[in-house]
Amino acid sequence: MLNISGIHEGFVLDHIQAGTSLSIYKDLKLEQLDCSVAIIKNARSSKMGKKDMIKVECPIDALDLDILGFIDHNITVNIIKNDNIVEKKKLHLPKQIVNVIKCKNPRCITSIEQELDQIFILTDPEKEVYRCKYCEEQQKKKKYRK
Amino acid sequence: MRHMMSPLDLTVEELDDLLHLASDIEKNPDKYAHACDRKKLATCFYEPSTRTRLSFEAAMQNLGGSVLGFSSADSSSAAKGESVSDTIRVISCYADICAIRHPKEGAALVASSKSGIPVINAGDGGHQHPTQTLTDLMTIHSLKGRLSDLTIGLCGDLKFGRTVHSLIHALIRYPNIKFVLISPEELRIPSYIRQDVLEKHKIPFVEMERLEDAMPDLDILYMTRVQKERFFNEEDYVRMKDFYILTKEKLALAKEDMLVLHPLPRVNEISVEVDDDPRAVYFKQVQYGVYIRMALILTLLKWKEEP
Repeated sequence: MLNISGIHEGFVLDHIQAGTSLSIYKDLKLEQLDCSVAIIKNARSSKMGKKDMIKVECPIDALDLDILGFIDHNITVNIIKNDNIVEKKKLHLPKQIVNVIKCKNPRCITSIEQELDQIFILTDPEKEVYRCKYCEEQQKKKKYRK
Repeated sequence: MRHMMSPLDLTVEELDDLLHLASDIEKNPDKYAHACDRKKLATCFYEPSTRTRLSFEAAMQNLGGSVLGFSSADSSSAAKGESVSDTIRVISCYADICAIRHPKEGAALVASSKSGIPVINAGDGGHQHPTQTLTDLMTIHSLKGRLSDLTIGLCGDLKFGRTVHSLIHALIRYPNIKFVLISPEELRIPSYIRQDVLEKHKIPFVEMERLEDAMPDLDILYMTRVQKERFFNEEDYVRMKDFYILTKEKLALAKEDMLVLHPLPRVNEISVEVDDDPRAVYFKQVQYGVYIRMALILTLLKWKEEP
C-alpha cells in the first residue's frame, strides 16, 4: 500500500475517475499553486474499482470548487483543516460557469467583444448541457479521455 | 428597466397586453400620434436591414417621436474598433430607446447589460429576431382572433430558419397547438427543437415532405424560403424545389379561412398569382409589424418610467 502523508490544511479530491487526474490537475491550474500536490493513480476503490485521488496542501480558499463541479461533479472534496476532515463536500453542477471554457461559436459576440466574460448557463441538468449566455450555443459537459 | 431580447422575455399575460395595445393602435392611430413626442429612438444597425429598420422608424414616427442612428457598421464607431458596450453607453446619452441589429449572436444582450435605455433586439445573427415573432403572433391573433386551437404548417427551411424556431417557442405556450412540419429531409427541424421543445412539452406534430399532403388540415401556413445552397447536390434540389412553391392549385386544397404568412423577402416560394387571394396575408403582416413595434416601444418606455 502506497502511503502519502496527511495534510494540515487543504483538499483531498477523492473518487476521481481512474486515469483522469492529470487532466484535472491541468484544469485546476494546480501547477500555478506554490504548494504540495500529490496525485494518486489507480487506487483501489470498493465503489469504483479503481480511482484517482489528488491531495493539495493549500489555503482552502485557493481552489475554485465551481470549476470542479463542472469538470466532474462525482468527485468528493474533503476539506482538511488542522489535520482533520472538517467537511466532506459533494459537488454539484454549477448553475453558471464564468471564464472556464470559451464559446466555440464563431458567430458569437464573445468572439469580438473586448473583455467580455465567457458565461455558460446550465440549461439541462439531466443531460448536463450548458449554453453560452449570449448565443445559446450548446456546450456539453467536458468528457475526459483516459 | 426591461429590454426585449427574445419573445419569451414576455409572459403570456404581458404578450396579451401588448397584442391588445397593438390592436388598439391599429384601430385608433390618432390616439397615439403624440404618445412619444420629444422621445428619440436610436436605430443601431451594424448590418443592412432596410425592412426592419424602416419598420422601427415608421413605428416611432407614427408615435410622434424622432429617430437617429446608423445603418451599417462602416458608418459607426465600430469601424474604428469600438465595442458594442461602449457604443450603447454613448447612445444612451442621446436617445430614449434603442433598436439594435448586429451580425454577432448575443450582441443585443451585451448592449442591454450596459445600456441606460431600453434595448430592443432587432436581430442578432441567426439567433433571435423577437419583433418578427411578435409580428407573426399579432397577424395570427388579429386575423384568427386567437393563438390557441390552431394547426400550423411550417414549410421550407426548418433547419436554419430562426423565425420558425422562434415561432414554435412562442406558440407552444398556448393550448391545443399542433404543428405540421413540411420540409425536405435535408432541412428538417433540428433535433434540439424536436426533442427539447416539441416532445418535451408533448406538443403534437407531424413531419411531411409534400406541401399538398399537409394543406387540407392547416389553419395557418407559414412559408419560408428553401435556398439552393442548403442542398448537398443539385439533383435533390431540383427534385424538391417545386414542392415548396405555393401556387393557386395548391392553395385550392386549403381551408377557406387558412392564412398564408411569410416573414419576407419572398423570392419564388410563393407564386405572385397567390397574392390576390384573401388568404395571402404576408403584406398585411408587414403592416402589423409596425403596430406591434409601436406597442413595444410604448410598453418599454412605460416600464422604464415605472419605479
